[in-house]
Amino acid sequence: MNYSNLISLILLLPLAGFICLGLGGKNTFRSSAGVIGCTLSLITALLALYVAGQYFFVEGAVHGVYRSVVAFRYTWLPFAPGLSIDMGALLDPISVMMLVVVTFISLMVQVFSLGYMKGEQRLTTYYAFLSLFTFSMLGLVISSNIFQIYIFWELVGVSSYLLIGFYFDKPAAVAASKKAFVVTRFADLGFLVGILILSFQAGTLDFRLLLERLSNPGSPQFLSITASSFWGVSLLTWALVLVFVGGAGKSAMFPLHIWLPDAMEGPTPVSALIHAATMVVAGVYLVARLFPLFSLDAAVLSIVTWVGALSAILAAVIACTQTDIKRVLAYSTMSQIGYMMLALGVARYGGEAGAGYTASLFHLFTHAFFKSLLFLCAGTIIHFVHSNELRDMGGLRKMLPVTHISFLIACLAIAGIPPFSGFFSKEAILSAAWKSDKLVYGVGLVTAAITAFYMFRLYFSIFWNKDQNLHPGSAASHGSPEGPASMRIPLIILSIGALLAGFIPFSHYVTSDGKPLEETLSVSFSIVPVVLAAAGIWLAYGLYRRDSDRPGKITVSLGVLYQTAYKKFYIDELYLFITKKIIFNGIGRPAAWIDKHIVDGTMNAVATLVGKIAVFIKGIQSGKVQNYALYFFGGIIGLAILFIYLWNS
Amino acid sequence: MKEIPLSHIIFVSTALFFIGMYGLFTRRNLIAMLMAIELILNSVNINFVAFNKYLYPDRLDGVFFTIFIITIAAAEAAVAIAIIINLYRSHQSIDVEDTTQMKY
Amino acid sequence: MSATAIIFYGLSAFILGTGILAVTSVKIFRAAIWLLFSLMGIAGLYFWLDANFIAAVQIAVYVGGIVVLIIFSIFLTQQSGSGMPRPPWIRKAASLLAVLLGFALTYLLIDQYGFKAGNGKIDMNVARIGTLMLGIDKKGYALPFEVVSILLLSAMIGCIVIAMKAKPDEV
Repeated sequence: MNYSNLISLILLLPLAGFICLGLGGKNTFRSSAGVIGCTLSLITALLALYVAGQYFFVEGAVHGVYRSVVAFRYTWLPFAPGLSIDMGALLDPISVMMLVVVTFISLMVQVFSLGYMKGEQRLTTYYAFLSLFTFSMLGLVISSNIFQIYIFWELVGVSSYLLIGFYFDKPAAVAASKKAFVVTRFADLGFLVGILILSFQAGTLDFRLLLERLSNPGSPQFLSITASSFWGVSLLTWALVLVFVGGAGKSAMFPLHIWLPDAMEGPTPVSALIHAATMVVAGVYLVARLFPLFSLDAAVLSIVTWVGALSAILAAVIACTQTDIKRVLAYSTMSQIGYMMLALGVARYGGEAGAGYTASLFHLFTHAFFKSLLFLCAGTIIHFVHSNELRDMGGLRKMLPVTHISFLIACLAIAGIPPFSGFFSKEAILSAAWKSDKLVYGVGLVTAAITAFYMFRLYFSIFWNKDQNLHPGSAASHGSPEGPASMRIPLIILSIGALLAGFIPFSHYVTSDGKPLEETLSVSFSIVPVVLAAAGIWLAYGLYRRDSDRPGKITVSLGVLYQTAYKKFYIDELYLFITKKIIFNGIGRPAAWIDKHIVDGTMNAVATLVGKIAVFIKGIQSGKVQNYALYFFGGIIGLAILFIYLWNS
Repeated sequence: MKEIPLSHIIFVSTALFFIGMYGLFTRRNLIAMLMAIELILNSVNINFVAFNKYLYPDRLDGVFFTIFIITIAAAEAAVAIAIIINLYRSHQSIDVEDTTQMKY
Repeated sequence: MSATAIIFYGLSAFILGTGILAVTSVKIFRAAIWLLFSLMGIAGLYFWLDANFIAAVQIAVYVGGIVVLIIFSIFLTQQSGSGMPRPPWIRKAASLLAVLLGFALTYLLIDQYGFKAGNGKIDMNVARIGTLMLGIDKKGYALPFEVVSILLLSAMIGCIVIAMKAKPDEV
């Protein structure tokens, strides 16, 4: 089956969308920009589904293994024979799965934006940026070459910057987009160094060759990379840690998570697409892509696990205290990605030990559905209430019925209640953790309980809490208060996905070594997390169903602890302290002084010297005839002496 | 005439030439500078006549040079005086230090 | 010491002496008169060199024409009475040094060059000069003569134009 044409189309359609809409300017398409974007997106999604169908079902597992196929490859920059940056497409289970996820969520978001962003002046620019993002993310997931993935990684960062800062007249949005770009760029420095180390040691940049050479314990490249060491740690560990730093920056893992809450300044559909379902999972995807290498080094895997676990529980605690609906969802995203990293960290390569790998990607798949659903519902709510704060919401369930049911489904899914999709993926993660490290399992369990609590805190605060007739006339006059059909249809479709996605036998398709595994689901094991989740829901019900001062009293009684969590554990303040006091004052100021006084001073001194010489030479032209005559005569005498006495030719 | 070697006459003319040069460098009055230039021209004339008499007695080339130089010197002195008078009208002074408009 | 030598050295001393006085004298009218004496001395030198015609031309044109012209211009620019401003002493020292060095170099060069003396006595009678001046053969000077006449014409016109007072506008 020749995939190259299909893959090229899948990549080029969003790119064409970006170029047409971007070059057309603000006024060429205007209202039809949305339709163009959605049509291209629909075609891309259908093509991706077709490719997935072909890959998983028609071709299926060849000799019991899903093959990795190279759809096409062009040599772009050859450095040395065998070492070149190629542009190619690599299809294997995870990239095909990601193709489906990215195109489908992108389609849903673009349809939603038709209604949400109606009346926006710069609609064409918005759809152009969305198409650019889709192109970049698709390029990232099908990259066959480690440098190619870096190029698309940066492109995704740029698209994110453009979209977060879409409302560029809001200073908060501009600051947030800069913060996102700078933090991820800083992390990408680690990624680049990791790429260089890996490619230097393996002698190639191509993924398949690199993984083949470095993950085979007998190959000379593996021996060389593990033998050389720097500061007592082997090069392989360094390379993998640095690559993980890059992934952690993009996936908002602790301590590089500071950009994600601020990124909520962008339009809500953008948050749904980028910061919930697709871009932030790029880090997880990267670790999954390089998993054969990661699985060789236990130290790195434990770093991955603990970073993931720490991020999960930290974000969950902070989310309990936040009052801005999008911030809560942002921290919830960080927490769920922590789960994915955690699951990858406890997995090993091959067979049953790779259960964590499957669990992580399964959670990625289901998370895309329910998290983007949550964000799109939040978009509808914000559209209706015209505010992000929880205290302005309440009692909305009669006003926004479709949103209500969808939000409820998504909350049940994220809390891990059967038979919703989140239950299956979370169970898979917890059972993989239980088999490997009980402490990590404990952290995961506690986080699951807290997750259920804060999500249902959100649910009850929005849809129950206050009396129902608080928002009598808001947006009720034109059509449904929930917005046009283009805003409701994606919610419905995503709810169906959040309901049913759990029933896909994921381990048949995606595993660490490509061989399908059998599903295992032990009921007795699943009771504990479900009971804890139900306890969290009951607690939230008790506190938030009716408007009361019980939450307030608890806040006061928790005192300092609550304040610390509310201020996000002062991590932003720490960053500001380090950059302003230490880096700016300690390094920046002396460097600026040297530049201004020594470097510039030297240049200025040279210029002044030249100026002084020039003034002196200028004085020779004094306008006095007799001086001229003297110089002339002096010159003649000099030349005469030179030519008569000293020139011996 | 053979008693006075040529180099003595050349000595006189060279000394006169450099006296004229001194006057050219030193004098501030334009007319005085013109007088020094006349001295220089005369020294050259002496040179021509002396060379003609001592080295090429059968020809008269040096004499003709001298005649033409005298002619041209007269014309040049007249033009110079005209310029000086014009300058005096515009600057009310013929001090060469006052005519420095061509400086930087 | 024969008479010619005495006459020559006397004339030379006179020429150089009055020349120095001409370039260093403070009052301009005196300098003009010293110049006149110097030019007369040079005319005498021409007589001693048997160049009678040149001497006559020198007296007629230089002394009688140019020095008188200079005296007229001194009167016209009202410079005759007061003394002239002196140059700064650095200028004088530098010029003196330059001139002495130049003189030394030039005289050294000339002295070391052996001039080959020719034979015979020069014959500069006026008839011969006149014939050659207007001769049109290979040794004739008719062309330079015509060119110099054009030069004199242009100089005359140029002087008149330069020294002309600007015409006042017809009222």
